[in-house]
Amino acid sequence: MTSRPTIFAVLLFISLAIFAWGCWRRFSLLTIGQREDRFDNPGQRVLEMLKYAFAQKRVLAKPFGINHFVIFWTFLILLVANSEFILNGLFPSIKLIKLPFELYVPLVFMIDMASILALGAVVIAYVRRIVAPPFPEARTAEAFVILTLIGMLMVAYFFLNASELATIMYRSNSDPASFLATAGKMMPVSALIAGLLPQAQLGSIHGAAWWLHALALLTFICYLPNSKHMHILTAIPNCFFRRLEKPNTVPREEFKAGNTFGVDRVDHFTWKDLLDSFSCTECGRCQNACPASLTKKPLNPRGIIHDIKVNLLKNGPGLKNGQQPVKALIGEEGEEHCCDEAIWACTTCGACMEACPVFIEQMPKIIQMRRHFVETEARFPEELLNLFENMEGRSNPWGIAPSERTKWSATLDVKPFDSDTTEYLFYVGCAGSFDARNKHVTVAMTQLLDKAGVSWGILGKEEKCCGDSVRRLGNEYLFDKMARENVALFKERGVKKVIVQCPHCFTTFKNDYRQFGLELEVIHHSELLRNLVQDGRLVLDKTTAEFGSVVFHDSCYLGRHNDVYDAPREVIAAATGAAPAEMERNRNNAFCCGAGGGRMWMEEHGGERINLARVKEALEQKPETICVSCPYCMTMFEDGLKDVKSEGVRVRDLAEVMAEAVLR
Amino acid sequence: MLIVVCIKQVPDTTQVQIDPVTNTLVREGIPFIVNPYDTHALEESLRLKDRFRCKVAAISMGPPNAEATLKKALALGVDKAILLSDRVFGGADTLATSNVLSAAISKLNTEMDEVGLVLCGKQTIDGDTAQVGPGIASRLGYQQLTLVDRIENLDLSQKRIRVSRKLEGRHEIVEAPLPAMLTVVRELNRPRYPKVPMRLAAADAQVEVWNNQVLKLDEQSIGLKGSPTWVSKIFSPERVVGEILGDGYADPEGTAALLIEKLMAKDMLPI
Repeated sequence: MTSRPTIFAVLLFISLAIFAWGCWRRFSLLTIGQREDRFDNPGQRVLEMLKYAFAQKRVLAKPFGINHFVIFWTFLILLVANSEFILNGLFPSIKLIKLPFELYVPLVFMIDMASILALGAVVIAYVRRIVAPPFPEARTAEAFVILTLIGMLMVAYFFLNASELATIMYRSNSDPASFLATAGKMMPVSALIAGLLPQAQLGSIHGAAWWLHALALLTFICYLPNSKHMHILTAIPNCFFRRLEKPNTVPREEFKAGNTFGVDRVDHFTWKDLLDSFSCTECGRCQNACPASLTKKPLNPRGIIHDIKVNLLKNGPGLKNGQQPVKALIGEEGEEHCCDEAIWACTTCGACMEACPVFIEQMPKIIQMRRHFVETEARFPEELLNLFENMEGRSNPWGIAPSERTKWSATLDVKPFDSDTTEYLFYVGCAGSFDARNKHVTVAMTQLLDKAGVSWGILGKEEKCCGDSVRRLGNEYLFDKMARENVALFKERGVKKVIVQCPHCFTTFKNDYRQFGLELEVIHHSELLRNLVQDGRLVLDKTTAEFGSVVFHDSCYLGRHNDVYDAPREVIAAATGAAPAEMERNRNNAFCCGAGGGRMWMEEHGGERINLARVKEALEQKPETICVSCPYCMTMFEDGLKDVKSEGVRVRDLAEVMAEAVLR
Repeated sequence: MLIVVCIKQVPDTTQVQIDPVTNTLVREGIPFIVNPYDTHALEESLRLKDRFRCKVAAISMGPPNAEATLKKALALGVDKAILLSDRVFGGADTLATSNVLSAAISKLNTEMDEVGLVLCGKQTIDGDTAQVGPGIASRLGYQQLTLVDRIENLDLSQKRIRVSRKLEGRHEIVEAPLPAMLTVVRELNRPRYPKVPMRLAAADAQVEVWNNQVLKLDEQSIGLKGSPTWVSKIFSPERVVGEILGDGYADPEGTAALLIEKLMAKDMLPI
């Protein structure tokens, strides 16, 4: 009869071969991706990896994260036990017990404890998946198989260890009670089980447990690189290679004949995009934060990443050999979650990226796919045709004559910006210039600026749209033109400091225009007003402010994309004498108003309207005033309140709230 | 078969002002656009090209900077773009313009391919005469089908076309032999958006320029000399501020009632 080490060696060799083949098959597919430098600042990258991969900072942000944390760390500890198991399987003389006693005792104690914790965590995960899964589709066979395997490993470990303990106990003829008490201090769980095992069957129990453990371990090794559990191998590097700056923008494109524009094939993504797809564990946190998914739109950020992986596995091997894709990635013929409707449903709010524990960047991929639709195919929802033409012809979304840009200031004393005499350019923006409701915010701002003695001026009829919407909608060709024009204008006029009242202008100037060689000091009006109050330049009489209860809504491009959370709250607190009420989802977990990513200019089909969902959430706080910091949010809330026929609740920009307090 | 589409660069009239002294359009700083009706003619020519695999040539008469308009046409997919530009073409009225355009179409007919269709917008938004299209048809002896809102049928073997014309309060279906000149209305189609690779190719492409040395027209029939029309005055109608009714903020319902009453008194509400 062949000896156990020989059989085990053969099985181990086969398993490792399958493992290596699976890893090679998948990792080699990364090479078909485009180049991208993610190796800068290696020191910082290591720290980020320690914080997010090993300390699991983002995983722990949700209640069940602790369960994953336990599995992750017990697995690291059990690597020792499993290494021993494999070595012992090959060379039976190698055993942990041969270690010095001072090392052996704490080690086996840790292994015993880790095993019971892991088993507990697996049971919790099992029950959770059955009773209240993170999302309904999470009850996959794959998830249960892997949990079962981990559970089997632990159970087998306990029986293996316990049978060994019992064998020693009976062989040494010592008093079972005192033996188990001593052993119980070293490995409490195994010792407990050892006392329950029947002496007569110890040999067969040991054999069965050993083989169960061996088979579970080998199956796990084979399965790992061929399943979503590959994240065990990819999540740590994915945290290392994360974008160190917020992924609030997308890279430029080079407009040269012969180039491709946007992405419609997996090999047009970068290698990091492809690594993202292998790093997804399908935890579903992105879809549970996504305003489109939550209001029943066809978009599911998890599905997009999953489909990129599915498509990569289908097309990758052929593409690597220079063949054409066998299955389209996007559109009608493409993968399920990359259909046109899904790609157009994204508000680019960034909630998915904020929620992802391993820093997968969903939004830039969606914009890349939009770029393909717009630039290569000229295919997009029909309402965008007018938008693009208005932007191109008249540099504003409504197509209003540029000469009307300064109409709001007709009765005001507003000076043009002059770099010699004015400190700040007040960039009014399209909504602040043309939209009837938002013009009130502009006027309030000018009054506050004058009251505080700020030196400011406007570009007047020369002001142009920043291009935010067209960039998020994937019309990079047009954005490129608009950005270059604005950058040239700002440079020519000597603009250094810009006040904006729109988070979309804010992010575009601050983050997007840097790619075009323009470094500006951009200040959102919330930050400016906060500073003016702090410096005593805006004086408030708190006792007379009457706003009722104020609830604040975070704009995605101010908060999540640019980390400005406190300034607007401080402005409201200063103006009203009380901190604003918070909605259930606030700050970095805030829920989008529905207008970002160019959705402002599009029809919303299917499901619940995003702005209604958010308005209802705001109304739960029973506010008298809903305070916003963005003209798009303003429009969405005004519309939403009309739809729910909520009498007596008003929407105010924080500049209006401040103006009411200061100027009354 | 060749389709010729006539397009014109016009000032964006929503932004145009009139110089009260000279009675001319103030063109400084006003962006130029493709005449909106022409974009529908262009789109239809491209749809026919997609369907029948025929060639499309775009022509435009104008100053050298009208090249930008033709580049837009190239970016959308026309096969050839020709700018008809010469100082002697300048100052043309609709008659002189149609002489130049007709000569260019004839030249394309002999040198490129047999012209089956000429497509024009129903009118331009700067002159608003709607005469140039019909002028071309008359001079070339083509069938004249104006105000087309749908091409019902185009039979290339029988060389016949059937179109729907959008008239006031009714539609007219008419059929005619080719070659024919169509002027089109906005309802005909939704213009496409240019694809970036096409835009880049168009930016590098050459727009052919034909001057009068190429067309060899009698100078008495073109430009200012060939234009019997004389514009005596251009002016903006004076806007009279009307009566202010009620107070819409204080009493919206009462104010609306007041307005309805006024309109009914003047018989301006269809009851």
